[in-house]
Amino acid sequence: MHTAYVSIRHGLLALLSQGPRYGYQLRAEFEASTGATWPLNIGQVYSTLSRLERDGLVTKGEADAEGRFVYNITPAGEEEVRRWFTTPVARADRPRDELAIKLAMAVTTPGVDVRDVVQAQRTATLRTLRDLTRLKADAPAVPAGPAESAWRLVLESMIFQAEAEVRWLDHCEAFMTRIDVGFRPAVRVADEPPAPEPSAPAPGRTGERR
Amino acid sequence: MSVLVMREVSRDHGAGPNLVHALRGVSLHVEAGEFVAVMGPSGSGKSTLLNLAGGLDRPTGGRVLVEGVDLSTLGKAELARLRRRSIGYVFQDLNLIPALTAAENVMLPRELDGVRTAQARREALRALEEVGVPELADRFPDEMSGGQQQRVAIARALVGERRLMLADEPTGALDTATGEEVMRLLRARCDAGAACLMVTHESRHAAWADRVVFLRDGVIVDATGSPAGPESLLEGAR
Repeated sequence: MHTAYVSIRHGLLALLSQGPRYGYQLRAEFEASTGATWPLNIGQVYSTLSRLERDGLVTKGEADAEGRFVYNITPAGEEEVRRWFTTPVARADRPRDELAIKLAMAVTTPGVDVRDVVQAQRTATLRTLRDLTRLKADAPAVPAGPAESAWRLVLESMIFQAEAEVRWLDHCEAFMTRIDVGFRPAVRVADEPPAPEPSAPAPGRTGERR
Repeated sequence: MSVLVMREVSRDHGAGPNLVHALRGVSLHVEAGEFVAVMGPSGSGKSTLLNLAGGLDRPTGGRVLVEGVDLSTLGKAELARLRRRSIGYVFQDLNLIPALTAAENVMLPRELDGVRTAQARREALRALEEVGVPELADRFPDEMSGGQQQRVAIARALVGERRLMLADEPTGALDTATGEEVMRLLRARCDAGAACLMVTHESRHAAWADRVVFLRDGVIVDATGSPAGPESLLEGAR
């Protein structure tokens, strides 16, 4: 995918801006910083490095005694890293959102209960959120070093995304309940004792769903 | 052992045309060491569930057992004693008494229970230590931040080895970082053997629980199940 390729390319460049490194070192450091969230295979590292070399952003040094090559960043590469850090990531680069498409289809497809689609997704996302939170809970409250801090930020990014998805699902449910499309009749708010109700119940709302 | 058992619990409000079923046949167990979160839209019955679990309200149907004791068999005084000894409450509005220091607030339920002042103070200081704010013992609530007040409220809920913690939006007024500290505390209490039932609308906080139960219109509609441990992996293989 385009986005993934771009972020590996810039990730490796950013590591090289800290000093010369071997290919296997780059892979290990990339994974340590991102908590092995996006594992790289060594082939990806070398193919990315040869494209960076072709574009004049890195140079390959002489082979050492064990036949390994050290890579160095060029001034053009340094400039590229600076540009990357100061340019926001465009939302349009993100892949299509399957869940949004599914919800949109659920609303327009007869016989599909949107609430059930929402609930199934919410449970699954909450499970993911719990597993991510468990990772955070098991780590010390204060990260021990830069690599651990970096990993924590990546973890928080996934936690915030899962949380945003649940909030959006809550919103979808409330929104659909309000406009009452594709839903079974809503039951009256039940937490509080009912206020004296002068008007008759709205037609079509029998108060029974199942 | 289940610290909390709710069996087919219902709660109706009103009668006749104004009858509302706040809860309809809800069954729920919370084991020792388990942290369960309850989520659902407003009006789904979350707070009713918590009030019934804590003996603050009585069900119109079904049974509630706390540490094996059926709450419906208890008289008013016995119920009050069980609430003080076995159940700790943490609310969104912290309910600290402004005229009392942190230590005195934490001591209060123990003193009501007939524990001598010196003993109650020792227990209170231990509870404050446990939630990481021993230095606040002699401060008044208005001399503390919101996060500090919530820690004191949690210490008050813990004091005297109470085994069931009930929390209603315990992070309500707190910022994200302070809210997370509160969740870490509740999590640690459960890992140390307490049972906790928490109502929240924040998925970020519900995610600290072992299990999330979803309520809608007074019925449990879904649950996440517990995290996969070695046993449940084996179950899947069978």
